[in-house]
Amino acid sequence: MQFFGGSSVAEIAPSPAAPPGTATGLAGNNANMLYIFNRSGVCLLYREWHRPLHTLDAQQDQKLMFGLLFSLRSFTAKMDPTSVDKGNLGVPLLPGQGCSFYSFRTNTYKLSIMECPSGIKIILVTHPKTGDMWEPLRYIYNIYVEYVIKNPLYVHGSPIKCELFNTNLDQYVKTLV
Amino acid sequence: MDTNDSLRLASLWHSMHAISQQLSPTLGCNGIELLQADTFDLHCFQSLTGTKFFVVCEPGTQHMEGLLKVIYELYTDYVLKNPFYEMEMPIRCELFDMNLSQAIQKDRVSLFGR
Repeated sequence: MQFFGGSSVAEIAPSPAAPPGTATGLAGNNANMLYIFNRSGVCLLYREWHRPLHTLDAQQDQKLMFGLLFSLRSFTAKMDPTSVDKGNLGVPLLPGQGCSFYSFRTNTYKLSIMECPSGIKIILVTHPKTGDMWEPLRYIYNIYVEYVIKNPLYVHGSPIKCELFNTNLDQYVKTLV
Repeated sequence: MDTNDSLRLASLWHSMHAISQQLSPTLGCNGIELLQADTFDLHCFQSLTGTKFFVVCEPGTQHMEGLLKVIYELYTDYVLKNPFYEMEMPIRCELFDMNLSQAIQKDRVSLFGR
């Protein structure tokens, strides 16, 4: 599982040591959108920085995104050529159970996902030529832990409305290559 | 994996391919081309008619798009031009299977030769 044994970057405070692959940029945002879901499918956060096309309204869009990821996970676990025992399609999988995908790419965007053992899914949609997004996703998770989880006023399972988190997130996303 | 499972997976893939187009931030999305997982990569090619070919390979394998185009050519030659093949039915054409295995073998040989 790619969550454990990660880099020692940004263990406690996310502000020092941004991971390699980030520019101290005046360059514009690379990321298009960000979603954060918890394990029951509640969209904790949706932020967009560059999205010219809105096909559906926000609620439908988030539900569709969660549904897509759920089915893709099921598909990936079943499709895995290395595992011997594969569960049945449609059975909800625990984080870390079975083979899981970490990104997919279309001709217009690349979607990278990180699922934590607690069931929190962080999804970043960027342009299609982006490289591996594991480090940035990990960094965003650390920002989330720092400014959301440690916020005593935050109610777990509810949409995130923490100013500090939003500003830090925007700042970090601006530096993505 | 038995036939029923393959059919289920194929229809699941078809729907997800379509849904991924709806979630695109910009116009002109043609669906998932590459899916990267822990133990495998999946490359998908969609023809102009909407028929999708996908191949599961080791993570980081190169030139799968070329292979998919070759397979598409074989499909048009040995399946579509076969007068006994019924559209939308599972493919049971010997020549197609033979040529497919040959194409994969050739690809494997050229991969190791590199």
